[in-house]
Amino acid sequence: MKRARVAYGGAIHEACEHPDGLLLADGRVVAEDAVQWLPPFEVGTIIALGLNYADHVKELSKELTVSAQDEPLAFLKSAGSLIGHRAQTRRPDGVAFMHYECELAVVIGRTARKVAREEAIQYVAGYTVANDYAIRDYLENYYRPNLRVKNRDGCTVLGPWLVDAADVPDPHALALRTLVNGVVTQQGNTRDLISDIPALIEYLSSFMTLSPGDVILTGTPDGVVNVNVGDEVITEIDGIGRLVNTLVGDAVFHR
Amino acid sequence: MWNLDELPPRGTVYGTLLNYRSTLDALGDQVHAAPYKAAPQAPILYIKPRNTLVGHGDPIRVPVDAPELEMGATLGVVIGRTACRVSADHAMDHVAGYTIMNDVSVPHASFYRPSMRFKCRDSFCPIGPVIVPRQTVANPDALNISVAVDGVVLQTCTTADLIRSVGQLIADITEFMTLHPGDVLSVGVAAGSPRARVGQRACITIDGIGQLDNILIAEETP
Repeated sequence: MKRARVAYGGAIHEACEHPDGLLLADGRVVAEDAVQWLPPFEVGTIIALGLNYADHVKELSKELTVSAQDEPLAFLKSAGSLIGHRAQTRRPDGVAFMHYECELAVVIGRTARKVAREEAIQYVAGYTVANDYAIRDYLENYYRPNLRVKNRDGCTVLGPWLVDAADVPDPHALALRTLVNGVVTQQGNTRDLISDIPALIEYLSSFMTLSPGDVILTGTPDGVVNVNVGDEVITEIDGIGRLVNTLVGDAVFHR
Repeated sequence: MWNLDELPPRGTVYGTLLNYRSTLDALGDQVHAAPYKAAPQAPILYIKPRNTLVGHGDPIRVPVDAPELEMGATLGVVIGRTACRVSADHAMDHVAGYTIMNDVSVPHASFYRPSMRFKCRDSFCPIGPVIVPRQTVANPDALNISVAVDGVVLQTCTTADLIRSVGQLIADITEFMTLHPGDVLSVGVAAGSPRARVGQRACITIDGIGQLDNILIAEETP
């Protein structure tokens, strides 16, 4: 089952797929572009992984001060940075390097505390797609990656669907890619995760209780490139979803 | 409008790094060396996730592998109105009130890329006991803070020593991200946070705000 949360007709609705667009829980069928897509579930704590694909580590290695990794590089984002499918994200005028990151997002469905690797997958409610934008111009070497790089309004794109875990037989065999204006710029496969999903749940729940609605953004593979105002950025994971975002400039925000 | 009775808060709790002159002084010339390579420019924030939030009187759970924890006393600024690109002069219009936070950490030396294990464990952010309305605090940039462990005062500091005042901090943060009603912003922790162990009681007092009291227990205590 794939579920979305959308705003339509003055209210927020759960919606699922329909041959003519979206079927709202109240029975109405509406076109995909007639609704405002929201992040597909009530989002709790957002945990993001850095450097969790071997090829991406290689891509960034020249700027890494620390190369040895004895535990996953996890950091937090806040719900204020979230937006849904088909939305606009601001690219500040004058920055040199803003890039997307296509990531498999793992949504927690049960309270998880000190969960063993063998049991971990049972705590997953489902999956969605994340585009975890970064603006590297603002990178500083304190609490990397600092929130000014990673936690800007509209810079955590999530959706379109929450896909039930039961419908994803192997979350470690999913091809993912990013298209900028229709051209593939990033490709990878979740089989190449350095810390796989059970490892991440085991690691995180060893020191913090995970709750339903918490979400783990599992990291991005090689192939992040600069994107510009006007670009349509599609982050896509086979079987999970195709998440569309458009970059706009400061003028839209009256800056 | 934010519900002043709601603790722990429903929004996001942010910590601010290196906002006391004493913490930057403690780093000294290190800020120019690897891995930092430069002094901080914009506010450096981190997030205390919801699993860390507990109230006045709740226990702080001490992990087996970290017997001594830092008691990071700080003023919590509770946002009452959406704050996006506000100026320092108008920042206070967006503040609902103030509370006390204990930003608990496992001691760690590096600010480069600290593990979440140091700051994000369950119960690592006591907050309370109440939210004091903004109008009753004459000047948030001149509040005395003291930290006592088992009744002995081990640290005193004042928000007069902040690098960015409350208003300036809100202005500089909301230039790059919006703060929402119910979010809580810590103004930062001064250098020399006292440490405490299982069985001890940490008590943070901020003049005009109140007293936040928590006892430390072993993590696995039922």
